[in-house]
Parts: sequence; structure tokens; C-alpha cells
Amino acid sequence: MQIDLRTVSIKPIRQTFDNVARHLGGDKPASRYLEGTIGIQSEDNFHYRPLWDPEHEIFDPSRTAITMQDWYQLKDPRQFYYGTYTIARARMQENAEGDFSFVDERGLAADYPAAAKKLALEVILPLRHVEWGGNMNNSFIAGYGYGAAICSPCMYHAMDHLGIAQYITRLGLLLDDAPALDVAKQAWLAAPMWQGLRRYVEDSFVVEDWFELFVAHNLVLDGLLYPLIYQHFDKALTALGSPVVSMLTRFQSEWFTETSKWVDASIKVASNENADNKARLSAWTKAYRDKAIAALKPIAAHALGTNADTIMTTVIDQFNARAAKAGLAL
Amino acid sequence: MSNVFIAFQTNEESRYIVEAILQDNPGAVVSEQPAMVKIDVPDCLTIKRTTVEEKMGRDFDLQELQVHLITISGHLDETDEEFTLSWKQ
Repeated sequence: MQIDLRTVSIKPIRQTFDNVARHLGGDKPASRYLEGTIGIQSEDNFHYRPLWDPEHEIFDPSRTAITMQDWYQLKDPRQFYYGTYTIARARMQENAEGDFSFVDERGLAADYPAAAKKLALEVILPLRHVEWGGNMNNSFIAGYGYGAAICSPCMYHAMDHLGIAQYITRLGLLLDDAPALDVAKQAWLAAPMWQGLRRYVEDSFVVEDWFELFVAHNLVLDGLLYPLIYQHFDKALTALGSPVVSMLTRFQSEWFTETSKWVDASIKVASNENADNKARLSAWTKAYRDKAIAALKPIAAHALGTNADTIMTTVIDQFNARAAKAGLAL
Repeated sequence: MSNVFIAFQTNEESRYIVEAILQDNPGAVVSEQPAMVKIDVPDCLTIKRTTVEEKMGRDFDLQELQVHLITISGHLDETDEEFTLSWKQ
């Protein structure tokens, strides 16, 4: 008996789903990210307008002043869908957990100089409440925004903020004990140094335009706060004693680098879409930047002492350069 | 002028590498085969780390592509930034 072996090449009839192919402009192989994102936004057959907001459909692009021909242009350069997002965060979390247990096992927190510990607790711990604000704001964007391509990463962003709030809490518990959290909450509610930032965060809760909120929190506040605290203040703390706080805030600094790419890409696409968007985004950025700088100044002064002004200038210059790169005219 | 070529297993990761190659090498010809994708380029083929990172949306170490690699032809020059195949000595 003779057996002939031959190779049969089977061409797939189609490379991807029709709606994705329409978006790509042809039947090309598409990534999981695209297949899981394009066409997710509900667009039709809403029947009734919500009683709580009869001006708008339940999903309505006019809830923001920003306009887009195609909302799927606001893609996430990290290509996060549920799977890739959870894998990426699990990896970061594993590192962070490793650092926490390292600090714990070696008793590094106990050896940390008292002055540095006090300063770290005073400056970092109240930021839990800012992170909670970030969770609120990004949940709002995910809820009221339009175009699944930007709403779903905002939901991830919201969860990330909640996770960061938890890491800050754990930092507090590791360096000190549970009462430190109450002290930090009292500082957030009453200490003059925090009231500017608290006002900024609480004011953002009543912003109705979700894209404005995206600018106010994700671009401006995070864009100034993270470099200030997790780069410059962190460096100052390391100089005071040991890099314990750097280890315990590793998640935040990695997270900021990663998410900035997404925030910048979203702003860039929206501002390149048309002149109105560009003018509006630039005006929002400018207004919120000035408010955020005023809110952060007393915190910088407390955290960094005499170096505060030079460091704030560096942070602001970096932010301006970043905004300019994203196509904003400040 | 002879071709250099590189072949990858077809998967989610290698797709971005192929896209990056097509962007950086104007003469590239792709042939999609069952479970494999082969790219021929006259004379010289370059894979740039920055382009792959842009396509993938994450940091990429060029050595990661070895995981998906099936075969290559050409003299290989590997740096942190570029992976180059050519017939130049």
C-alpha cells in the first residue's frame, strides 16, 4: 500500500469580522484588541431617553463638547482589552508584592529614619483620597463617555486608581499603623496645605463634560502630581534615608509611565481631529494646569522645602513639553 | 541582488513584528502560509525596536522575536535597537 503525503493550504474565507474589516478598510488580519473593541459601542435603537437626562440619548456623543467623526479613532496604544490588561497588571502587581514583602521581611521600615518616615506619611498618605477621586472620575467617564475605545481604558484606569489607593494605604500600614490613616484623613479634611488639592478634586466631581474631566484628572492632575511625588519627592526621601519608599511606590511610577502613553495618544488624536477640539482641549489644559499648580504648591513646599520652587518649575516645564507634543497650544 | 528572508510563526505577537517590518522595509514581500508568515526583502531587512514597540504598545526586547522565529537567511547583525539581515560582508 502506498500513502501519498501532500500539503493542503487552506485559505481562510475571511480574515476578521465584517465590522472590523470596514474599520480597517479591507479584510486584513486584525488584532484581538481591535476585534474586542471595534463595534462595541451601542449606537442605535435606544427607544426612550433616560428620565434623569431627557436632553440626551442613553449613549450620546453630545455629552462632551469634543467632536469626532469616528470615536474608534481614540484607540489605546497599549491595546488593552480585558485579557491583556489583567496580564499586564498582574505582572506589575507581582513586582509590587515582592517589594512589599521584601521591606516587611527585612524590617526595612523599622530602620527607616524617623524624620523621613514622618515626611513620607504626611505627604503620601493623604493622596489615597486623590486616588479615590481618580476612581470616581474615571468611572464617570466610562459611564457617560462615548466610543468604547476610550471608555473601556477609562474603566481600567478607574480600577488602577483604586488599586493605587490600596497600595498607599498599605504603605501607611507598613511604615506606621492604622491610626496613621485617620491622621492622614484629618489632614486631607482640615490641614491648610491639602485644601487646594481637595478643592481641585472635589470640584472635578461636578464637571459634566466627560472629556473635560479626562483633561482635568488624567492629563493635568496626574501629569503634575505623579512626577512631583513619585519622582522628585521620592528622590528627596531616598536622600534622607533609604529607598524604602521608592520600593513601596514602584507600582505608581511604572503605572504613570505606562498610562501617560495612552493619555497622550487620546489627547493627540482628539486635538488633531479639528481646530475646535484643539482650541477647547488647549483652553481646558491651560485652565486646569494653573489651578493644579496652585493646589500643588503648598504640598511641594512641605515635601521639598527650599528646593520646591525649582522642582515645581521642572515639573511644569516637563508637563508643558508633554502637552505640546500631544498637539496642544498652551 | 539576492533576497534575505525571515519567517515567523503566525500569532498575535508576530503580527506586530511583521507590520513593523513592512513599514520599515519598502521592498518587503509577505507570503502568508499555513501557520507561518515569510517575508522576503531584496538585499537587506531591518527590524527596528522602536517601530515594533509602537505597533505593540509595550516595551519590546528584540530578542523576544526569537520565540516566534522559524528561520532566517542572510548575515545577521543584532543590536539593542535593530535586527538586520543582509548579504553585505
